[in-house]
Amino acid sequence: MKKIIAGLSLAAVSSFAWTINGTGSSFQLPVNKAWISGFYSQTGNQVNYTGTGSGTGLKEIKARHVDFGGSDKPLSPSDLKNHHLAQFPTVIGGITMAYNVPGVNKLKLSEAALSGIALGTIVYWDNPVLKASNPGVNLPHKKIFFVHRSDKSGTTYNFTYYLSKMSSVWRSHFGAKKALTWPTDLQGRGSAGKGNFGVSAQIKKNSYSIGYVDYADAVANKLSLASVEGRDHKFIDPTPAEFAKGAAYAGLKPARDFYGMVAYPKHGYPIIAATFDLVHYDNKKVAKRVTEFFNYGFKHDEGASKLGYIPLPASVKAQIRAYWAKKGISPAK
Amino acid sequence: MESVFKKLSLTSATLILLLLTSIFVVLFIYAKPAIDEFGLKFLTDPRWGVTVQVDTPKVDKQVATTEQVTDEMAQNDNLQTEDLLLDDSSDNSDSLLTDDEDGSTANTKEVYGGFVPIVGTVLSTILAMLFAVPIAMGIAVFLSEIAHPLLAKPVGVAIELLAAIPSIIYGMWGLFYFGPLVSKYVGGQSVSLLVAGLVLGVMIIPFMASLTRDSMNTTPAVLKESAYAMGATKFEVIKDVIFPYAKQGIIGSIILALGRALGETMAVAFVIGGVFTFPKVVTDPTVSIPVVLANSFAESSGMSMSALFYLAVVLFVLSFAVISFAKFYFLRNKNEIFNK
Repeated sequence: MKKIIAGLSLAAVSSFAWTINGTGSSFQLPVNKAWISGFYSQTGNQVNYTGTGSGTGLKEIKARHVDFGGSDKPLSPSDLKNHHLAQFPTVIGGITMAYNVPGVNKLKLSEAALSGIALGTIVYWDNPVLKASNPGVNLPHKKIFFVHRSDKSGTTYNFTYYLSKMSSVWRSHFGAKKALTWPTDLQGRGSAGKGNFGVSAQIKKNSYSIGYVDYADAVANKLSLASVEGRDHKFIDPTPAEFAKGAAYAGLKPARDFYGMVAYPKHGYPIIAATFDLVHYDNKKVAKRVTEFFNYGFKHDEGASKLGYIPLPASVKAQIRAYWAKKGISPAK
Repeated sequence: MESVFKKLSLTSATLILLLLTSIFVVLFIYAKPAIDEFGLKFLTDPRWGVTVQVDTPKVDKQVATTEQVTDEMAQNDNLQTEDLLLDDSSDNSDSLLTDDEDGSTANTKEVYGGFVPIVGTVLSTILAMLFAVPIAMGIAVFLSEIAHPLLAKPVGVAIELLAAIPSIIYGMWGLFYFGPLVSKYVGGQSVSLLVAGLVLGVMIIPFMASLTRDSMNTTPAVLKESAYAMGATKFEVIKDVIFPYAKQGIIGSIILALGRALGETMAVAFVIGGVFTFPKVVTDPTVSIPVVLANSFAESSGMSMSALFYLAVVLFVLSFAVISFAKFYFLRNKNEIFNK
């Protein structure tokens, strides 16, 4: 009620408060929410965003049912052109390898170990490949239990995208997908959870399990997180600072509507992903409101980092603002 | 007034038929592309969303791992490899490639088969029924015949309250508490076919128990008293008088519970595991039709969406067949009891 009254009084002052609606990627829902409440209290303008999934986000924005759509998977430039859409990244997130092995609290995963676990070729925790990068750690002779997402998700897409870039075997057999039958499932060593918290719960409850979880959820559930071998062959802890280091190398280029993935950068933590938003550039009035909202978000990095996201590097933000200007959808303020 | 009332009730009755047929028709229309593509083989194909080669094998580009290339070149390489992964179909107009959500390309196609979820649905329902029917019958007999009214009342209310708990709560309970407990004492993982069956069983017990109790309560006292007068024991009265008399209601309650177990989504989604593999033992994870629908619907389009609708048609037909079989088989001697 208080909020409404505040909104009304603000609306009376500025006299042109507006509302925009968006839907899509649930990965960006928490950060959008944080920005929405800040944006509202500053401008009195209302932004609604629902986390219905990237697929729905793309469908809804293409059908012009919403003012902007969120997606973890970018659209190709030609597809964007066909639908009169502009696209830009908003934040970057990290995906962690969470594990539950009693007695082990500092696990290092080399590229060979990680791809072997995902491909199902490494069956036991005391496999020589794992032992090689974890000297002195008492790895048990127990089967590795691999937990993945059961629902179609951007997280699975981003993780398998990373695997595809890192391992050519994975690429030729599986590629990047939102959902798949994992090789470990077929060996009876796999299980799946619904949503990030479903995966987290299963890792927590089942010893000798490992799985991929969004950083924010992994931290919230106090899971043990493995160090992962980066492209520069260093073992890197999954921390926001390391995600940011990786994000700095992300090849997001405005010339191709930022069409590209940030996973597997040259340095820094390798399993990172960007999330994108799309808007119709031929509806300038609405598009400018959308960019005004995200411009507010870009100026308020703390809202994103508090939730475990990595704000975009300043250079990328500048490129996005230039891209908006080129499309004629620069925010009014 | 009479005619208005008659027409109103007629409308309600036709509405339900209309609804049923239109649901089926809509499901069928949306499922049509998948039905045309996969045919009846869908029912026996255990592969779901698996990419298979069509003719010419896809040429794989190696990921650039060499560091001696300049930044610019590395960037170009990135974009090229990205193209391979990202341009599934969006830039093609081939009719095979209408699905921009899945990894179909010119040389590969996605195959969908519903065998695993179909088997998972049937198995989890059977497990649930095996677990729930005896317990529900026990509860009903106790409440209607054995318990003191002072006890029967609160227990009866408690059971009805159980029936009102939303299924997501059962799902959470199964995921965080019951599943780990089962895996501790029975073995296997904290999510499995067994956990799903047991959670489903717990969910349908209240329905069965309260409906069965109600129909047992309708047994005329005079019948029971005559049996007692003949020297029958309590067990004999329950077995030979109450069960035959309440048979229809009991079977009705079982059918209703069966229908709920077949279609239960949310609770099962959290505890069945959600992997497309056959369970070798009862403690292995698997998947059921409603769970596949709930997990994949929001993110699907094109052929993967159509395959989901095909699964929905299968579930529709499956529930319809099971329930009509149960009705036909168990309730065919409808009037026998009254004639006795």
